Amino acid sequence: MRVLGIETSCDETGVAIYDDRAGLLAHAVYSQVEIHAEYGGVVPELASRDHVRKTLPLIRQVLEDAGLARASIDGVAFTAGPGLIGALLVGSALGRSLAWAWKVPAIGVHHMEGHLLAPLIETPAPEFPFVALLVSGGHTQLVDVIGIGRYRILGESLDDAAGEAFDKTAKILGLPYPGGPELARLAESGDPKRFRFPRPMTDRPGLDFSFSGLKTFTLNTLNKELAVSEDSQRTKADIARAFEEAVVDTLVIKCRRALRETGRRRLILAGGVSANRRLRERMDAAIAAEGGETYYPRPMFCTDNGAMIAFAGCQRLLAGQTEPLAFHPRARWPMGELPPV
Amino acid sequence: MMKILAIDTSNEACSAALLVNQAVDQQFEIAPRRHGELILVMMQRLLEQAGLELRDLDALAFGCGPGSFTGVRISTSVIQGAAFGAELPVVPISTLAAIAQGQFRREGHRRLLAALDARMDEVYWGCYEVGEDNLVELCRAEEVCPPERVEPPPGPGWQGVGPGWGIHGDVLANRIGSALEGANPNGVCESRDIALLAAAELAAGRWVPAEQAIPVYLRDQVTRVAKA
Repeated sequence: MRVLGIETSCDETGVAIYDDRAGLLAHAVYSQVEIHAEYGGVVPELASRDHVRKTLPLIRQVLEDAGLARASIDGVAFTAGPGLIGALLVGSALGRSLAWAWKVPAIGVHHMEGHLLAPLIETPAPEFPFVALLVSGGHTQLVDVIGIGRYRILGESLDDAAGEAFDKTAKILGLPYPGGPELARLAESGDPKRFRFPRPMTDRPGLDFSFSGLKTFTLNTLNKELAVSEDSQRTKADIARAFEEAVVDTLVIKCRRALRETGRRRLILAGGVSANRRLRERMDAAIAAEGGETYYPRPMFCTDNGAMIAFAGCQRLLAGQTEPLAFHPRARWPMGELPPV
Repeated sequence: MMKILAIDTSNEACSAALLVNQAVDQQFEIAPRRHGELILVMMQRLLEQAGLELRDLDALAFGCGPGSFTGVRISTSVIQGAAFGAELPVVPISTLAAIAQGQFRREGHRRLLAALDARMDEVYWGCYEVGEDNLVELCRAEEVCPPERVEPPPGPGWQGVGPGWGIHGDVLANRIGSALEGANPNGVCESRDIALLAAAELAAGRWVPAEQAIPVYLRDQVTRVAKA
C-alpha cells in the first residue's frame, strides 16, 4: 500500500509518500519559521494562510520526486490533531477531498502517534514493545508502547514542555526565535561546572516532568550574575550550558526510571528536542549502561514532517481503518482515545 | 453542455450546487462549525443524483471570500484537493458577488450593495450592477472598512443585501442616504449563484489551476501582536 501523508498541525507543511514494501519514496517539508520569527512565536492565522498556499505545491513536488503518477496512490493520511485547529483544517480538508477525488481511502492521523512511530521508518526499526520519550515544543511525554494504538502514558509535563522551556529560556537569554536550537549552540561554549541548576522532580518517585521552574531559575541567575559579571556573553553561555545540562539530566533520569519500572529494554526518542546532540549522547550512554537500546528517527523526522504521518496512516489503513466522507480535526485529542491496530 | 460543481463554506451556511447547462441543483444548510462534516457529502450526493463522476465535470467553483477566514480556507482546501485529484480547472468567485447575484435572482434588483460583517467593527463591502447577460459585475474594488466609511455608489436606486446589513444596517443606510431603496439582511451566499457566475467566467477562459485557487481575505492585517 502506497500512502500520501500530509502534516499541517503547526508551523511546518510536510508531505511524503510511504510504501509499505518499498519504504519512504519521497518527502518534503516547508518551514514557516521565518514568517513567525518577527512575532517571537507562531501566529495561528498566518500559519493557516501559509499552509493553504504551500500544501498542494508540496504534494505535486513529492509525486514528481517519487516519479509517481497520481493514480498510483492507494490512500491519503492527514494530521487530524492535536494542534492549531485552523492549520489542521487545511491539511484535513485538502487530504480528505483529494482521497475522495482519487477514490481511495483516507485516514486522520494523531500527530503524536506520528512522532511516536517515526523511528519505525528507519533501519533497524525497534520492535514492540518499547518506551517512547516524546519531547517537542508542545509535548513532553513518556509512553509505554505495546503496539500501534496501544499506548499507556507513563508520565508527562505538568507545565511547560521541554522544548517550550528551551525556547522561553532562550528568549530570557536574548536569543532569536526559535530559541531552542540557538540555546543549544550557545551552550556548546559554556562551562558546565560554573552553575548547577536543579533537576526538577527527580528527587521523588514518578515519571512526570516540570520545566517551568527552570526558566525562573535562569532569570534569577542571569539577573544576579549580570549585576557583577564583566563578561556577559561568557555568563550567558555558561547559563545556557547549565540549563541544558539540567534538562538533559532530568530527561535521562526519567527515561532510565521508566525502563526499570516497565521492564522494557528499548527506548525511542522522538519530537524536536530529540535532535539535541547532548541529549542523544547522554541518553545513549545511560541506556547502554542499563543494557538497553536507544532508537531515533533521523534528525529531519524529529521535527514535524509528512513522512511520519504517511507511515502511521499506512499502518492504520492496512488494518482497515478509514475515515467517513468528512473531516473534523481536533485541537485536543488524548492519545489514549486511539483505537488499537 | 457545461457542467460545474460549486461550493461555499464561507460563513454559517454550507452549500454545494451542480450546474448542468442552465439547470442547477443545490444542497444548502445553515450549519455553523459543521462544514467539514457536510460539504463532501453534499458534493457526492449531487453527483450521484445527476449520474455524474467528478471527472465528468468541466470545472469546480468556490466562494473564495471574503468571509470567515477558516470557512473560506475549508472551501479552498476542499476544492484544491478535488481539482488536483480529478484534474479540473477552478473558478474562484467572490462571496459578495454571489450574494448580490442571489438578490437579483430572487427580486430582480439590478443595483446591489453587498455587505458582510467583518468583525472588529468593519464590513466587507462590494458594489455590483447587473449587466445585459443578467450577471452581476463589480463596479469598483471590494473593500474592508468601518461601515460609516464605505464608498457610496454612483447614482440612485441601490439595494442592500447580505448579513452585514443586519448588523450595520443603520450606519450603512445613513451613509448611502437617498440612493438606497431597501436592504435584505437575509440574503446569504449560495453555491447556485457561484455556479452561475462561474459558468460565464469559464466560458470566457477565466479559470486557475488547483494550486492557484486561494482565498481572498480582503483583510490582511491579522495580528495585533507587536513585531519583536
